[in-house]
Amino acid sequence: MELSQSISFAALGGHFFVGLSRAMILFVVTSGLSLVLGVLRVPNIAHGSLYMIGAFAAYTISRLFGGGSTAFWLALVISPFVVAAVSLVAERLLFQHLYQREHLMLLLFTFALMLILGDLVKLVWGAGEYRSIVPPQLLKGSASIFGSSIPRYNLFLIIIGPLVAVGLWLFTNRTKMGKIARAAAVDREMVGAVGINVSWVFAFAFVLGCFLAGLGGALVAPTISVSLGMDHDIIIEAFLIVTIGGLGNMWGAMVGSLIFGLTQSFGVLFWPQFAIVFPYTAVVIVLLWRPMGMLKSVW
Amino acid sequence: MVKPGSSLRSFWICAAILVVLLFLPPVIPRFYTYILASIFVTSLLAMSLNMVVGYGGLFQFHHAAFYGVGAYTFGLLLTKTHLPMLVAFIAGPIAAALAGLLIGWFCVRLIKLYFAMLQISLGSLLWAIAFRWYSLTGGDDGMHGIPTPSFLFSSTHAYYFILIVFSVCLLLMYLILKSPFGMTLQAIRDNPDRCEAVGVNVRRHQLIGIIIATFFAGVAGVLFVVLEHSVFPDLLFWILSLEVFIMCLLGGWFTFIGPVIGAAIMVSLRTFVGIYTQYWTLILGVLLIFLIFFLPEGIMGFISAKLGSKPVEGIERAVE
Repeated sequence: MELSQSISFAALGGHFFVGLSRAMILFVVTSGLSLVLGVLRVPNIAHGSLYMIGAFAAYTISRLFGGGSTAFWLALVISPFVVAAVSLVAERLLFQHLYQREHLMLLLFTFALMLILGDLVKLVWGAGEYRSIVPPQLLKGSASIFGSSIPRYNLFLIIIGPLVAVGLWLFTNRTKMGKIARAAAVDREMVGAVGINVSWVFAFAFVLGCFLAGLGGALVAPTISVSLGMDHDIIIEAFLIVTIGGLGNMWGAMVGSLIFGLTQSFGVLFWPQFAIVFPYTAVVIVLLWRPMGMLKSVW
Repeated sequence: MVKPGSSLRSFWICAAILVVLLFLPPVIPRFYTYILASIFVTSLLAMSLNMVVGYGGLFQFHHAAFYGVGAYTFGLLLTKTHLPMLVAFIAGPIAAALAGLLIGWFCVRLIKLYFAMLQISLGSLLWAIAFRWYSLTGGDDGMHGIPTPSFLFSSTHAYYFILIVFSVCLLLMYLILKSPFGMTLQAIRDNPDRCEAVGVNVRRHQLIGIIIATFFAGVAGVLFVVLEHSVFPDLLFWILSLEVFIMCLLGGWFTFIGPVIGAAIMVSLRTFVGIYTQYWTLILGVLLIFLIFFLPEGIMGFISAKLGSKPVEGIERAVE
């Protein structure tokens, strides 16, 4: 329970950048969850499982191509598509028949999906052994910024996060499909009434959201040990983040991720044993201060 | 919910089941008494949740936190102090109800998913304490070999104790839900605005509902320790909360006895399918999907629809 006595500027900076890179991974995952929440109005509990599949797929793909730098980039590009394919199958086969049901039934469905996907990962990859991906040569080692040494891979994540945000923003604001998806988020009946096939809009939004979960899984793989249980660890954080950000709001997901990632990281600095308490406390404070989230919710 | 006249019939059915359960232990193998006791404990937890979810319409998403508080309080008092068993037994549920008061006080200010997320964060704080405070709670290992009183040590005695406490709690919950308070709670579920308009203090009723439900969750936690002699942080983990929530949906919320069916199915699946394969959650998942497609009202909802007594109206209203 001892508080760290001397906290140097360099340590603060280091934790800031680590927290920032963690926030970016959280953002990539939660922006997908937020998209699904916004358009389909479904709290997708299986989102964490798809993130886990993304990480496992990245591991297998990078092994398949020999584990070098090229293998890493291939894994990063291919595994989100693997996840998207899995989610497309789940959506067309099962999920699309349930959109008329009550929300809690949809919640139950995504829970069932989480159970099934979790066990399928166990079946395919097995429980044991330590799995990790080596980042490519370009991103190995550390860089020094303001006197604190930051792993290059974390800097890469800090660049990727905003890129995903801009890409998603361009998609939802500049493409026809994105605009339809936004319209469906606000009033799905109206979108159907003007002759748009809402079912496919939903499918597209769902698959895109799951694609982002897969991307997040692939991105996180080099920084952790890829293992079962990743799904449980992320999903609750992801839900808290989209809630404090504002349900269905992409920039809200960014704000929420920053709050969560940074409080987590500084928590480790100030009180390692109870670091886990800091982000939860931040969520409580935000929800009591702004009960509907930081930014405007589409709900 | 129940047609007049049929409540007497239900009473006799319950009495008959209770008598059968009382005479079971000498007849069936000890393993099965353990499973039954485990089902009672889980059922009590699920039913206490259903009081606020099914009857209160609240998104109580971290109910396991209170179960864990009850279990930990009981376990800690027995391990670290020399207080008599009765004191520890009462302290468990009271601690859970206090946690319910504290967390509920914040949560009733919000609605639906926001309520759920706030409760998950606050409950996770409790979990973090159990998980991290090694010197007090044993951290992620938990505490094992908790010295429950000797008269509860044999599994048959534990079975009887759990069965009796379970039955008493069931009766109490039934009476509470039938009382004017319980009726008001259901009215709030169906139309909070109108209740507010006729002068019902919505938040206060919801908060009292939460306190009562968490009290019974605490009782379930204590019974868990009586059965298993151990506590561990997973008791407060949100995954368990979700599982209990699913039990209510599975058995059929809006029915009083539904959560028992849900709990029985989950516990039996875990135990009996778990013997043959480690992939029992896969089977549970597939089963749930079948259920969603073919029995959307849950098992009890389906049965009562078949029997012609329609389950409580307003499923959509409660959810939307």
